[in-house]
Amino acid sequence: MSIEDHLPALQIVVPLLLAPVVTLLRVRSLPWAASTATSALTFVLAIALAGQVATDGALSYAVGGWQPPYGIELAIDQFSVLLLLIISGASTVALVFGKASLDREIGEERAPLFFAAWLLVLAALCGMVTTGDAFNLFVFLEISSLASYVLIAAGPDRRALMATHRYIILGTLGATFYLIGVGLIYMMTGTLNLADMALRIGEVSELRPVLVAAGFITMGLALKAAMFPVHAWMPNAYAFAPHAVSVFLAACATKAALYVLIRFDFVVFLPHLAEHAAQVSAFFIPLAVVAFLVGSTVAVFERNLKRMLGYSSVAQIGYILLGVALLTPLALTGAIVHLFNHALIKGALFMAVVCIAHRTGSVQLPAIAGCARAMPLTMAAFVVAGLSMIGVPLTVGFVSKWYLIQACLEFGVPGYFLAAALLLSSLLAVVYVWKVVEAAYFKPRPEEAPELCEAPPMILASLWLVTLANLWFGIDSSLPLGLARAASMTLLGEAP
Amino acid sequence: MTLIFGVFLLILLVIVALAIVRSEDLFAAVMLSGIFSLLMAVNFFLLDAADVALTEAAVGAGVATVLFLGALALTGKEEARHTVSPGGRWLALGVSFATASLLFYASLENPHIGDGSAPVHQHVAPWYLANTLPLIDIPNVVTAVLGSFRGFDTLGEVFVVFTAGIGVMSILGVRHSLVELSGAELDARQRSLRHHLIPRIVGRGMVPLIMLFALYVQFHGEYSPGGGFQAGAIAAAAIILYSLLEGDDRGRELLPEWLLRLMVAGGALLYGGVGLACVLLGGNFLDYSVLATVPSAGQHLGLLLIELGVGITVTGVLISVFHAFARRASR
Amino acid sequence: MAILAYFNYWVFAVLLVIGLYAVIAKTNLVKQLIGLSIFQGAVFLLYISMNKVEGGTAPIFLNGNTERIFSNPLPQVLILTAIVVGIATTALGLAVVVRIREEYGSVEEDDIKAQDVGS
Repeated sequence: MSIEDHLPALQIVVPLLLAPVVTLLRVRSLPWAASTATSALTFVLAIALAGQVATDGALSYAVGGWQPPYGIELAIDQFSVLLLLIISGASTVALVFGKASLDREIGEERAPLFFAAWLLVLAALCGMVTTGDAFNLFVFLEISSLASYVLIAAGPDRRALMATHRYIILGTLGATFYLIGVGLIYMMTGTLNLADMALRIGEVSELRPVLVAAGFITMGLALKAAMFPVHAWMPNAYAFAPHAVSVFLAACATKAALYVLIRFDFVVFLPHLAEHAAQVSAFFIPLAVVAFLVGSTVAVFERNLKRMLGYSSVAQIGYILLGVALLTPLALTGAIVHLFNHALIKGALFMAVVCIAHRTGSVQLPAIAGCARAMPLTMAAFVVAGLSMIGVPLTVGFVSKWYLIQACLEFGVPGYFLAAALLLSSLLAVVYVWKVVEAAYFKPRPEEAPELCEAPPMILASLWLVTLANLWFGIDSSLPLGLARAASMTLLGEAP
Repeated sequence: MTLIFGVFLLILLVIVALAIVRSEDLFAAVMLSGIFSLLMAVNFFLLDAADVALTEAAVGAGVATVLFLGALALTGKEEARHTVSPGGRWLALGVSFATASLLFYASLENPHIGDGSAPVHQHVAPWYLANTLPLIDIPNVVTAVLGSFRGFDTLGEVFVVFTAGIGVMSILGVRHSLVELSGAELDARQRSLRHHLIPRIVGRGMVPLIMLFALYVQFHGEYSPGGGFQAGAIAAAAIILYSLLEGDDRGRELLPEWLLRLMVAGGALLYGGVGLACVLLGGNFLDYSVLATVPSAGQHLGLLLIELGVGITVTGVLISVFHAFARRASR
Repeated sequence: MAILAYFNYWVFAVLLVIGLYAVIAKTNLVKQLIGLSIFQGAVFLLYISMNKVEGGTAPIFLNGNTERIFSNPLPQVLILTAIVVGIATTALGLAVVVRIREEYGSVEEDDIKAQDVGS
């Protein structure tokens, strides 16, 4: 066996094992350098895996050499590859981008521990999207959560601590709900392997424990994915985390939980539970609509820019959920491609806000008044990413909204209302993006405010890399769309 | 008879849980949760889960109680009078009622307890029982599943412990708005136990015995309940006891901080390294069979090494966490 | 004994919601964490209850005896991991609460909220 055959395991194991090594590095910026290199290597591994999946189709890797369902299986298809690319890419960009701000926020003494926790989040998120075993998934879910608590608690403001506490409580409730659901399904099927579960659950699909399990798993993962109305932990956790952590987690942490939810629903429940399709639609469509209307509205009134973006994420998760709940190939493709696009959009927006905060020292709306003159490149990036979030043509935001709205319109009159709600939420996005633009471009800089200058070159370069990706994949969206289409076909059980 | 005993224990568990929630004295609540864990452990034992019972007793009644007491010393022992927010109470009652009704509803179609024809006993598990001896050649099936068949989960478990360790060190490592006690002051606080004759003499005698027991649990896990995790918890208890009796400085001399850090990282690396060695020798990740010429000998070697890794990391993390809490004291 | 056939599962549900109630309703942060550990402990009972086989024994082949009925090893393995996850969460949670107490001088959620609104 050559090393390529082990890529599925290495994807997880490389960052996982580098974490303990990083804790032992006590020299200045070595922990950062080692983590960044590891993260970049993980990204390369993800690209290599994407190549393998493109040529050979879905892969399965038996950890320990024990065949599933007896051993733990890593199962990799187009959907997981898409997520792997998002996760490892976001981590790498956030690390390169965040060096300066992290140096200030973390301090040298804590750096080895902090960067080890970062690598653990990276490894565990990769594990979550590749494992084919329901309990192994719980283990990775918990590693990623525990390590994210550490990252968020490192935030410089004391409110970061309360945000972490809240996240610990709600995150643990979510993970435990998931565990109860898995336990009930295990009780009825005797297996933990997802594919095997899908085969065996049909026989017991009428029994109550299975139905209740579906509810518990959905609820648990909804908590982890910060789905409305159980999103309470998220805006503050992102707002008070160290800046680079906000960029990283906003781009991919909730996405991994959404991925698991989609995978569970479409692979295990939908094909086998008679009522599940109707329940998913009846339950999620209203929630999704309320999520993006409420999320966008709160964002309009929020004056802390990072919290504003957090609430905007609540809305964006609503879009994804809507695409999932409509259950058609077109809608699901839209939802999955939006997973990717939202990572680019939110990544770029958070990075722009961090650049501003880096110079002004604040993320409050009044503090950025007139900053566009001194920081033209940063603000230009914010505007491009903002347009992308609104869904203007030639940006990635347009691609996903185009798919989602088309999918809505397939449903006739009720679909028109959904599309209208989606457009209304986009209008609200115009309002809150405009508020920032107005303050930055048209308000004068207060007399007593300190002089500003453009963000450092390395930071600016990574910001613009992501911003240009927003345009690139908006103009030529064949890569994410191809993966999303293949993924939605597999999930809906149709031949790709 | 066992059945009635079991029912009695379960009812006791509910009563203790209610008492924990009702109690306004946090110290009492922590002590009661230690009892809760012990009752839980006895229950697990009745349900044939010896390994789990041992772990629950060591972790729930031991480690958790120590951690809670350490935290209470720093945060205060009394709950405020207005312990429940009125809005919170209704929300909590609503959510709890809904959850409970769902689970009662589901439970009526659960397989009966002890029913050998339940799906969990028909699929996957019989394969483990049938193949542990031929493939791994050890008598404890739980250890075989834990270390080999589902070794990837256990790797994850070690990293959970590792994450908690570096997390607590990172969170409590900052010296923000706080004076850390100097060595002498700390000594004065910690040394107090030295002046108590009985704990000192009894304790001194116990430390080596506990250590010996830890080694037994570590290396005998293949034959009887136990393994790296429980052994690590017990070994850490011995060293923490030593630190309490002899003063923190002596404890640190025994295991200085750099060594602890090395243990925390090294155990996890040992486990992962064994996995990578399997890849280099031509097997899948964590496929211990390739470690020796005879597959079952390879499994033995693999299990021995990974259990050692677990034990080292767990010991290191628990002692580090204890130090992190102990060194902190409010102004 | 039809009632006893489900008794463990009922106790699991009751313990779970006792923990859940404490987590949501209590304002003391330490008490919330204690509630959280009861909540997690209840789930251990769910898993371990399903591993029992009537007349079975712990899945260890004493003296090479493979003829007996053995209880299921798998839920036990899962719960060993879950116990570790639980204690890890508790440790991190307590560390955060200790820091909160240092920063705010209180571990009551409403006190802390009031201070943050003020600042």
